[in-house]
Amino acid sequence: MDTREKDIENLKDYKYGFSTDIENIRAPKGLNEDVIKFISNIKKEPKWMLEFRLKAYERFKLLKEPDWQKPKFPKIDYQDLYYYSAPKSMKDKPKSLDELDPKLLETYKKLGIPLQEQARLNGIAVDAVFDSVSVATTFKGELTKHGIIFCSMSEAIQKHPDLVKKYLGTVIPTTDHFFATLNSAVFTDGSFVYIPEGVRCPMELSTYFRINASETGQFERTLIIADKGSYVSYLEGCTAPMRDENQLHAANVELIALDDAEIKYSTVQNWYPGDENGKGGIYNFVTKRGLCKGKNSKISWTQVETGSAITWKYPSCILRGDNSIGEFYSIAITNNHQKADTGTKMIHLGKNTKSKIISKGISAGFSDMTYRGLVDINSKAKNSSNYTQCDSLLMGNRCGAHTVPYIKNKNFDSNIAHEATTSKISEEQLHYCQQRGLNAEEAVGLIVNGFCKEVLQQLPMEFAVEAQKLVGISLEGSVG
Amino acid sequence: MSEKIKIDFEKTVKMSNFSEKELNTKKFHLNKFIESGFPNRKLENWKFIDLSKIIRENIEDLSFYNDQSITNSIDTSSLIDGLEHNKIIFINGRIEKIDFSYEDKNQIEIYDDVLINDSFENSNSLINLNNAFRNKYYKILVKKNYSIKKPLIIYHFANEKINSKNINLRLDFELEQNSSLKLIDYFSDKTVKNFTNIVYNFDLKTYSILKNFKIDKSSNKNFRYSFNNIEQEKNSISETFILSSGSNYFKNEINCNLKGEYSSAFVNGIFSLRDGQQHEIRTTINHLVENTKSYQLIKSVLGKNTKAAYQGRIYVDSKAQKTDGYQLSKAILLDESSEFNAKPELEIYADDVKCSHGSASGSLNENSIFYLMSRGLNYKQAKELLINGFLLDVIEKITDSEIKNLIKNMIGLKE
Repeated sequence: MDTREKDIENLKDYKYGFSTDIENIRAPKGLNEDVIKFISNIKKEPKWMLEFRLKAYERFKLLKEPDWQKPKFPKIDYQDLYYYSAPKSMKDKPKSLDELDPKLLETYKKLGIPLQEQARLNGIAVDAVFDSVSVATTFKGELTKHGIIFCSMSEAIQKHPDLVKKYLGTVIPTTDHFFATLNSAVFTDGSFVYIPEGVRCPMELSTYFRINASETGQFERTLIIADKGSYVSYLEGCTAPMRDENQLHAANVELIALDDAEIKYSTVQNWYPGDENGKGGIYNFVTKRGLCKGKNSKISWTQVETGSAITWKYPSCILRGDNSIGEFYSIAITNNHQKADTGTKMIHLGKNTKSKIISKGISAGFSDMTYRGLVDINSKAKNSSNYTQCDSLLMGNRCGAHTVPYIKNKNFDSNIAHEATTSKISEEQLHYCQQRGLNAEEAVGLIVNGFCKEVLQQLPMEFAVEAQKLVGISLEGSVG
Repeated sequence: MSEKIKIDFEKTVKMSNFSEKELNTKKFHLNKFIESGFPNRKLENWKFIDLSKIIRENIEDLSFYNDQSITNSIDTSSLIDGLEHNKIIFINGRIEKIDFSYEDKNQIEIYDDVLINDSFENSNSLINLNNAFRNKYYKILVKKNYSIKKPLIIYHFANEKINSKNINLRLDFELEQNSSLKLIDYFSDKTVKNFTNIVYNFDLKTYSILKNFKIDKSSNKNFRYSFNNIEQEKNSISETFILSSGSNYFKNEINCNLKGEYSSAFVNGIFSLRDGQQHEIRTTINHLVENTKSYQLIKSVLGKNTKAAYQGRIYVDSKAQKTDGYQLSKAILLDESSEFNAKPELEIYADDVKCSHGSASGSLNENSIFYLMSRGLNYKQAKELLINGFLLDVIEKITDSEIKNLIKNMIGLKE
């Protein structure tokens, strides 16, 4: 058995499906003001933060769950969830990794994310989020030298309140849509990144999200600020144990790029997708939005979405600064009973703004995949341009692939081009590959990887390898 | 509005003698319309152009009652010249003339009391309104193996007698096996602030061919909505051409069900808008069985303060393998204040299909203008030449050469 086959053998079942038996502290079940106060209190938050949460909660009470999306799901009982869950040993945050609960360390080791710095050879700083709290952040010393702040959100609220206060909620306000507002009220932890003026972040920053406890929603909040002329590449990975119930994950991610800054945000999302019959799995309802605030700024989203029972998210760019650039590269794969409704929004407000959307959707089994995107060129966005390409690949006739682009052009100087195709893997291509000695499954793998190549190229090295494997694994058993 | 509409409904009912059953159906639809009102932007299909708002802002005192007792004289000078044709003439929503003088009388039948069949999938409140208020309703049947010799032109005229009125029309067509029909809808009037609501239903049997041309050319200050429902059986072909240019507001909706194998649907459209006009085309093509084909091409040229929207949806059922679906929309924005919105949608449940769509919008290419100017044209001429070439592409898709020439002449395009 060669290594590739071994990899596949290992990964055939959802290998991240184990759960860690660890003592938890939870907030009382349900959602009300007291729970929000509990969360705020346990995190020793300042008063303004509690006010921020309560304001969002007031607003949340007025909102109704949206229902325009393609994948329908049974009504979520928001009172039947735990909004805070943390390993007990985290109550007094350990000062260094040596004090960290060995069980946690072991969990991350199993996930392939060793937190001990000496074990890291490839130089990626990791912030690990376990259920509701950030458990460890690595490479802090190295980053501090450059003046980079990379820590958990809770820590940032304590140590850098000015920055948090200035930027939190500026891209996703507390008055946003249902899930974003819910997150603003109850978010527990997440990552905070600040790159000072003119600094090029020397290593990849990464957050690893893990849902462990059952009946728990995970609501994390990430805020990345790239000051003038800086650059940062940020990676995000996610897994969860196999459970029969559906779990809610409603995160908010805000990116802010000032003049000449660039943020590259990559996600490999591999939440538990549910079993073959569509039982269980994560509801991944995430709000991700980037603001190109300054001139010549750039935000680039890359996502590989293979997990989750339902993925419902639209990483967006608001191109406010003149000459700013927004990019979106996406591979979404659904198999079995998974459903996805994903895409992007490019909102052009500044002059000479450019955006590019490359979206590849692959559906197999009984799954349903929707690309939904908005390109909106405002009347002031002179000389802007957009290029969109969304391709879908269908495997079998029990799955669906849909494309719903919204295109609004209010500016006569601007150009929008949109292309979409839907097809299946052609018999000729398969035949050719098989003739050269590949078996059917390998041939499909090869063709699919080729189909996704434009997006995979955008991922940082380490992720690209992982993503390529994931693409192969997610489609296991869908051929023939 | 609901008080007014009820009074108008009573008046309309008094004028005609509907049977008990008809009256009940009408009341049902009236209540449905009152419940939802004119469609507004909260509805997905109306999010780009809000009819409710347009009517509220432009027609202060819309009346739904239409006196059908007075005959109107036909102004023969406004009929189309240079093309022999059969005609149906509507004036102010009243049928004044039905003339099939070029055809074999035994091969075409016209019914005027048909049971209301309203099981459209894409129903909306305007269809309810139509059902509640339309007066008479004709069905035209083209018999087996008969191809209509001359095109049928349906004139939609109005004279100064009407103002701030809502007119509701309905026609049904059935094309029997191996028959064909060429149909031109010609809108021409100088009235203002009327809202016309037209519903057509086409039933295409096997091997039949329908060619429908909607020509809204002469400029007027009216508001129109047109809904075509097309049911297609095996090997039938439908071709729809829309020239959307004259009215202040015009929304064309086409719902086409490809129910038989090897049936195909073509939709081609032109928006050519000036001075604050708002037009929209929305198509839904449902591929329900194997080996069906659809093709759509929409081109727009948008002037000052105009807004055009194209919403095209291709639905492919899981049974509809080997579907071929294509959609393309292109727009030229001529002014800072023009706006183009598109929502080309694919909904696909079968794997062995070929579906694609494209959409592009932008301004005229300055390089092309420069090239033409270097050959001696002035700026205006160069611009016109480019626009004409852009639009000609759609007109060339028309498969009937006589009608193609007629339309070319109408919009001043020469070979």
